[in-house]
This record gives sequence, structure tokens and C-alpha cells, in this order.
Amino acid sequence: MKLRNVLLGVLLVMVMAGMAFSADVIKIGVYEPMTGQMAFGGQLTVDGIKLAQEQAPMVLGKKVELVIVDNKSDKVEAANAVKRLIEKEKVVAIIGSYGSSLSMAGGEVAEQAGIPVITDSATNPLVTQGKKYYFRMCFIDPYQGAAAATFAYNNMGSRKAALLLDVAQDYSVGLGKFFKESYSKLGGELIPDYKYQSGDQDFTAQLTDMISKGADFLFIPSYFAEGAIVIKQARELGFEGAIMGGDAMDNPDFVKIAGDAGEGFHFTTFPYAPEMPDMNPVAQKFTELWIAKFPDSPPNANSALGYDCYMFVRDMIEKAGTTDSEKLTEAFASAKDWPGVTGLTTINETHDAEKPVGIKAIKDGKQVYVASIQPEL
Amino acid sequence: MTLTMFVQHSLNALTLGSLYALIAIGYTMVYGILRLINFAHGDVFMLGAYFIFYAGALLHLPWMVGVVLAIILTSFCGVLVERAAYRPLRDAPRISALISSIGVSFFIENLAIVIFTGVPKPVVRPSWLVSIIKFHGVRILPLTIVVPLICLGLVAGLLFIVYKTKPGLAMRAISKDIETTRLMGVSVNKIISLTFGIGSALAAASGIMWALRYPQIQPLMGLIPGLKAFIAAVVGGIGSIHGAVIGGMLLGFVEIMIVAFFPALSGYKDAFAFILLIVILLLKPTGLMGEKIEEKV
Repeated sequence: MKLRNVLLGVLLVMVMAGMAFSADVIKIGVYEPMTGQMAFGGQLTVDGIKLAQEQAPMVLGKKVELVIVDNKSDKVEAANAVKRLIEKEKVVAIIGSYGSSLSMAGGEVAEQAGIPVITDSATNPLVTQGKKYYFRMCFIDPYQGAAAATFAYNNMGSRKAALLLDVAQDYSVGLGKFFKESYSKLGGELIPDYKYQSGDQDFTAQLTDMISKGADFLFIPSYFAEGAIVIKQARELGFEGAIMGGDAMDNPDFVKIAGDAGEGFHFTTFPYAPEMPDMNPVAQKFTELWIAKFPDSPPNANSALGYDCYMFVRDMIEKAGTTDSEKLTEAFASAKDWPGVTGLTTINETHDAEKPVGIKAIKDGKQVYVASIQPEL
Repeated sequence: MTLTMFVQHSLNALTLGSLYALIAIGYTMVYGILRLINFAHGDVFMLGAYFIFYAGALLHLPWMVGVVLAIILTSFCGVLVERAAYRPLRDAPRISALISSIGVSFFIENLAIVIFTGVPKPVVRPSWLVSIIKFHGVRILPLTIVVPLICLGLVAGLLFIVYKTKPGLAMRAISKDIETTRLMGVSVNKIISLTFGIGSALAAASGIMWALRYPQIQPLMGLIPGLKAFIAAVVGGIGSIHGAVIGGMLLGFVEIMIVAFFPALSGYKDAFAFILLIVILLLKPTGLMGEKIEEKV
């Protein structure tokens, strides 16, 4: 029995030491898709978050600890991840997630617990709609869809567009809907939607039919995992019109995966690209830091948004002067002209950050930043 | 719909159907012999695709050498899975082996995520397979022709092994009665290993062709094709090789033609695959080719 008492004593000391230790740390939770079909975006975002933490590891005189949970690109896992971050890890704020459906699943849990969350790149309006504790570092899809439609109609001369939507993703369905609204307002003709489900790899039937209907433009609000294959199959089947995608297609690996088929592809994205002209000072610093840390893989808008989210949360904790979730939420909601990599960030009353839409294209095997546009809604 | 369009759709369907058929055969062979639905089969298929990717990207092996190596390695994995997860449960209730196979499936998927990382990888394709041929307005990738041909060759080879060789005879015997076959002096374990080896080799071949057709691979890529091929195997009559081929083709054609004739229903493609399954199970529970007298291997 003596031995057991000693062991218990040791255990008690360890627990107490652990508690004392944890009091000196402020935990920020991160839930992102590190695996699965959205891993492309999630991993870049997490790299951006980690880079930011290296730059600013302290807040309110305490060390910041990042708790990163993989939500596996799965809605159920996303809700579980947020639950775990709040209940087990006791985080004060959460960053995430890439993927609107994932953010919506996680948002319900955070809302009940009353912990503030900021998503890096979930653009569907429903993510923050009616939510007190959910915010975003990016613009929303009505805005992005309008920008894409305007660019397609005015700059690319498209008059008859087809859409291929991922019916399992709120992002895809939402962005597609807003594109269609703006496109038909401009006077363009639309072919009835083609659909698929996340994880599908064969789009030949939809694309063959689309070509026979004479579309001159294809809009794919897809995630990168399917988007590159869609483009390849469309070109193999002889589609000659322009193809355009949304922010989820922004990835440094695009050229590697799509190859020749990717030439001339355009996509809307967040206002950051390593090759963009006239960067703001924060963006310049971020680009230098990233290239020093990852010389082989260039940064993209997702890594920039990840970086911004961490810095934003850290600055807001500093501004609130506490980790109390209500005060912190207030600080989030009242942020004005906060300087980030992706520009000055002001959180509006629907908890969105109003930022211009960037247009990028693939030209001669390289990504080029075409323009920043501020669409009329 | 014009004739050109119809031919284009049919070619697309033929390729997809062939790939399903090859995976379905793996399910059906194992079921025929052990009455076990090997849910890890889709993940073995994924391993095949990754092996060919690494053979090219990491080892810079010539294409054909890579294919052979990938097939050998994948069959080895299939045999290993049987040794580690199914053989110890041979005498346990059938449900235990089924659950074990689900466990193996999760294990392989997560191991693959750790080793290969979750980020999808682009597969480089030999240019002769993807240089487009135009024929009366139909655009043909050589791949769309090559895949069904290879599938046909592999099935013919398999039928030869099963019906014309001694190990094949042993396989068919085991599917009737394991104990009696053992009494006849057949090394049952070896034959079962061989079955898993062949099934996995076919999955590897299918995985390689899948990676050529849809040149982007990731650790969970085996899930959906595995499920679809399972449907194909059941529709065709699980346990029957002919049935698996017919089921796979049928499923490929249903999926493509639904979208081709009713583009508005394209979002329900998967639903139709499952409706097909339900209808067949209601009308003919043993599947299309699943006659009682059919020799099961």
C-alpha cells in the first residue's frame, strides 16, 4: 500500500504542476482539414498559422499554445473537433475552418459554447449568418460570385455559361447560385446546372453533354481536389471555351496537377498573391518570412489568411486585455482597419471582412495576378 | 442525342465499367471462397495507385517496370492482410472477420495518410496513352480503349487460372467445402493466400488504370470506387466472376447514361447506383449471375 500512496502522491504533484504550467499558457484552437479532399487548402492555412505563431508567440505576457486538430474534410469530424477544442483543451478562441460546410458544422458547437471563432476562408454567407460568435477574415460568396460573373461576361466575352456544382458542398452550391444571379443580370444565357458529389472522379458524362449544348464558358466552384481533374477531362473531351473557378482553386500546386490543360484557367481569390504588384508592408513581410521558411513552396492566399487569422486573434486578445470569451467576442466584432496581409480588415455587422476580389490566371505554366476588382452588387 | 454523342458517352461508360469490374472481381473471389466481404479491398486498390506513383516519382523506374513492381507489391500487401487479419479468425463466426476487414480498411487508410500525407498527388501519364485521337467527331483517348482491353485480357487470364489449372480447381473446391478439400490433401492456406494475391493484383491493375484515367491520387481514393465495385459485385451475383464483370459494366453504363440522358439528375448519380442495387436485390436476391448451380470462386 505504501507504494501506491507514493505513486498517488507523485501523480498529484504532477497534476498540480501541470495546472500551474497550463495557467501560463493561452490556448488557441485550430480546426482545419489536414487530410482528405480539402487537405490542399487546410495544410497551407495551418502553415500560415504556425508561421504567425513563430513571429508572435506571446500575448498578455503569456505564451500562446496552438492546439491543431485535423477535421479530415468531414462535417461530423469538424463538429467533433470544435467540441474537443472547447471541452477538453479549453481554448479561448478558435481558428477555422477552410471549407464552408466544415465551418458550418463547427459553428453550431462553438455557438452553444460561446467561444469566438474566426474562419480563414469559408466564404458561404450562412457560416456567420445569425451567429454571435462566428467571424471571418474573408469576403463572402455573393461578392465573389458577382466578381466572377462580371469578369466572365465583360473581360472574357462569355455569353453562354455552364456550371458544374458539387452538391455535397455548401460553398460550391452557394457560389454557383450567386454567379448565376449576376451572370443572368448581365444578360448571359445559362445552361441548366451539372452536378456531382465530393469524391467523384468521373465527370465525362456531364462534360460531354455540356459541350454538345454549346457552352462557351464553364464555371467550376469546386475544391481543388476535383477541380483540376474536371479541367483535364474537359480539355480531353475537346472543350475550347474558357474555364473559371473560385478561391478554392487557388493553390501553388495547380500547374503541377493540371499540366497543359490548366493553361488559360482563371480564378477569383483573396487579395493576396506572392507575385502581386504593390503589396502592403504586412504582405511584404509575410512573403519574405514564408520564402525564408519554405523556399520550395510559394505562399498563397490561404496561407496568408491563416497568418492573418492568428495575428488577428492574438491582437484582439491583447486589445481586450483578457481571454474572457464575451469580451473577446466584442473585440472581434468591433475590429476596424486592422492591418493584415490581405489588406485592412474591418468586421461588418454580419461578421464578414469586406475585401476586394483578386483575379488570377495561369499563363505559360505560371500563376499571374490579373486584377483586383470591387464588384457592384 | 446525336450518334457521335452516344458513342462518346458509351466509350466513357465502357472505361468506367471496366475499372469497376476489375475491383469487383476482387470482392467476388474472396467472397466466393471464404464467404467474407473484404472491405479493405478498396484500400488495397489505393495502394496499387500509390505504388505506381512512387515507382515513377521516387525511383524513376521505366513505366512497365513500375507497373509490374506495383502489382507485385500490392498482391504482397493483400496476402499480408489475409495472414494478419483474416487467417486467425478463420474458425470464428463470420461476422468477426467482416469487422476485422473494416478495421483493416481504417488501418490502411490512416497508415496511408501518415506515410503518403493527405495531400493529393498528381500522376504523370505516358504521353501515348493520352494523345487524343479524333474519329468522326468522337474524341478518343487511347486510354479509353486500352483500359477495357486490358480488363478483358485480365479476366480471360483469371478465368483460365480458375477453370483450367490445378490451383484453380482447388479454389473452386474450397468454395464448396473447405474441410473436405483439406482432407483431399490440398494446402488450403496456400490456396487462400493465392486467392488474395490474385484479387489484390487485379485491384492493383485497376488502381493503376484508375490513376491513369483520373490522374490525381489521395489516401481515401479507394472508398468510393470500393463501394461502387461492391455494389457491382452484389448486382452481378457475389461469388461469380462473370457476374462481377457484368455488374461492373452495368454500373458504369447506368452512371454515365443517367447523366447523359437526364443531365438534370446528375447530382443523383450515386443514388441510382444504390437504387440499382435495391431493385436487383428485390427481384433477384442472388444477383444477376448468382444461380445456385453457378460455380463459386
